[in-house]
Amino acid sequence: METIQAILSNDIVDAVLLSILPIVFILLYALVTLYTEMKVAAHIQDRVAYMRTGWHGVLQPFADILKLLQKEDTIAANADKFLFILAPYIVFIGTYGGYAVIPFSSIYIGSNINLGAFFLIAASSLVVIGILMGGWASNNKWSIFGGMRSAAQMVSYEIPTALAVVVATMITGSLNLQDVTRFQDGGIQNWVVFGGPFPLVQRLLLLPFTLITFLILFTASLAEVNRTPFDLPEAESELVQGFNTEYSGMRFAMFYLAEYANMFLVSAVAVSFFLGGWTSPFGSFLSGPVWGIFWFIAKGMVFIFLHIWIRWTLPRLRVDQLMYTSWKVLTPFLFVCIFTVGLILVM
Amino acid sequence: MTESQVLPTTYVTQPGAIVTSSGRTLHTDEMIINMGPQHPSTHGVLRLEIVVDGEIIVDVIPHIGYLHRCFEKHAEHMTNYQQVIPYCDRMDYVASMNNDHGYAVAVERLLKIQVPERVEYIRVIMAELQRIASHLIAIGTYGIDAGAFTPFLYCFTDREKILDLFEMTCGARLLYNYIWVGGLSHDIPPRFVEQAKEFCKYFRPRIKQFNDLLTYNEIFVKRTANVGVLPKDVAINYSSSGPMLRGSGVNWDLRRDDPYSIYDRFEWEPQVGKGEVGTVGDCWDRHIVRMREMEQSVNIIEQALAKIPEGNVQAAIPKRIRPDAGEVYVRTETPRGELGYYIISDGTASPYRVKVRAPAFVNLSVLPEISHGAMIADLVLIAGSVDIVLGEVDR
Repeated sequence: METIQAILSNDIVDAVLLSILPIVFILLYALVTLYTEMKVAAHIQDRVAYMRTGWHGVLQPFADILKLLQKEDTIAANADKFLFILAPYIVFIGTYGGYAVIPFSSIYIGSNINLGAFFLIAASSLVVIGILMGGWASNNKWSIFGGMRSAAQMVSYEIPTALAVVVATMITGSLNLQDVTRFQDGGIQNWVVFGGPFPLVQRLLLLPFTLITFLILFTASLAEVNRTPFDLPEAESELVQGFNTEYSGMRFAMFYLAEYANMFLVSAVAVSFFLGGWTSPFGSFLSGPVWGIFWFIAKGMVFIFLHIWIRWTLPRLRVDQLMYTSWKVLTPFLFVCIFTVGLILVM
Repeated sequence: MTESQVLPTTYVTQPGAIVTSSGRTLHTDEMIINMGPQHPSTHGVLRLEIVVDGEIIVDVIPHIGYLHRCFEKHAEHMTNYQQVIPYCDRMDYVASMNNDHGYAVAVERLLKIQVPERVEYIRVIMAELQRIASHLIAIGTYGIDAGAFTPFLYCFTDREKILDLFEMTCGARLLYNYIWVGGLSHDIPPRFVEQAKEFCKYFRPRIKQFNDLLTYNEIFVKRTANVGVLPKDVAINYSSSGPMLRGSGVNWDLRRDDPYSIYDRFEWEPQVGKGEVGTVGDCWDRHIVRMREMEQSVNIIEQALAKIPEGNVQAAIPKRIRPDAGEVYVRTETPRGELGYYIISDGTASPYRVKVRAPAFVNLSVLPEISHGAMIADLVLIAGSVDIVLGEVDR
């Protein structure tokens, strides 16, 4: 007992344990999301997916992962080996770094720094480098195309994401995600997306702008994770998978794990800033440290479901229409929102 | 040199060259990229060699022949005109009934025989059902090209019902060998009329569903409007036919303008593109022409089902097909356009020459013309709107 206490009070062991928790979460969540995506997609398309591996196919994700694990590791002859191998890991690191500042509950946040949102946006930009590396190192013209487009898309959509976060920061007064979440404590009416915990007049004035900002944040988050309607770099009918083309087996699985992790990360950002994070929508009923984890993950999964739903319904935008949307539609709207929200807050 | 210095007038730049502030020219090259024989979007084995400047296409060179199976040579070696029909099926494997229909009408014209009324009615029903089935594939795969994965499965669900009708009649789902010279291989079973009527009732609201899901979706409209515009005169000069031609605003349909079979007894209208959301002749127009043609086909089928006369479908099938020496060119309207059979007979039991004018082959030839200045993502949609089937292009 004392030895366990001694081990746990060691700072380094603490840090390692705290940082392993998100990766355990990511792995479990990826299995669930794999299954959910396949089943939801199937039902939208008027068919049933896996029914044979386990009850209604619940063991299928394990089968998929086992299959990927036992695949031959092929690297193209003229590919840049070092970059080729490094790319998936950089993409994953970029995403995983963002998990450090996400508050899963009132008692758990990986790293409680004052610049949480700033660090988040900076760390998730590493993903762009990984994708560019993957596209270039594949020595395949189509991969290069995919990598370039993806880089352009992700960099352009960082701007609306960051500006939307700025709006939320202005309202809540802090970049630290834990403080932002606590600011929205007390029930669904206090969520930033409905105007925040302000007197009625101010809240009614803020409401349209926070709603618009939230919608823009959601749209930008779709683009950040390369999901339809913004999945041009990935699933274009040009050739297989864009920058993913030459990747097979576990490297491909790594890219996909990184994409799912990124999906949850951007959903977590939207949830923390606008939908109250780990706070319960009923105020003090069903709230608490453990309930916090449940609410946070539930809200995140609602967004994941929206991601999946939209992917299997809408066609995709062309790359110039994508860029047009980001620079000429979303960003000006957000500038207006920032300006107006600032005005309303100082009134 | 400074940035504000004006370049001397003798300085020659390539179009699109970037001149830096120190005066050097950065040459931008065009890249040749291969959209290889296999496509993830089910168009078959077509190789498109694209010359691009960045994302903008400068030239497209289609390479075909990957699916050439020597149809015309085979036809010459058949000992019987009827034996050519399975080969006709396999040219445009997505619309087999229409292929057989064209060939049968051609040989019947060569033999100068008339088929019974019942045969004509059933042939029209089968041809129009096949038109719907073929357009469903065109629309479903077009959705995939644009990134919408769901309409594909809805289209195939409906197509399965049509294939059930065909299987009930002749046993085959895709390559039927059903429409023979002088008649049909099997009569329709008793349940056919009722099931076909049920299908027509079921299918009409589905067309509206497809329109809601795909055709009028804002993103789809943005992707296809004003893309791949085929002007009227270019379409006519390149001998386009079918929805390619009608999408450009030319009101020309062989079922009405060069009549064969009994299409004149039914009330239907050829559909023409009007540039509702963009320019006349863009990809959206061709798409909406296909959607509306499906509805017209349902009209024709319902009218035909109500009036099928009794008769023997095999009464007029000749025991020996030995036409007099001569030649005939017959063209019919398949879902892709004008399918022409040019048959030369030398008086023996086997054809001397069967030349096929495949609509997809001719429509494909206009692809380089309409993709100048498009982006690569547009090229996928333009090629999809031509609705090619490589079996027909290559024969």
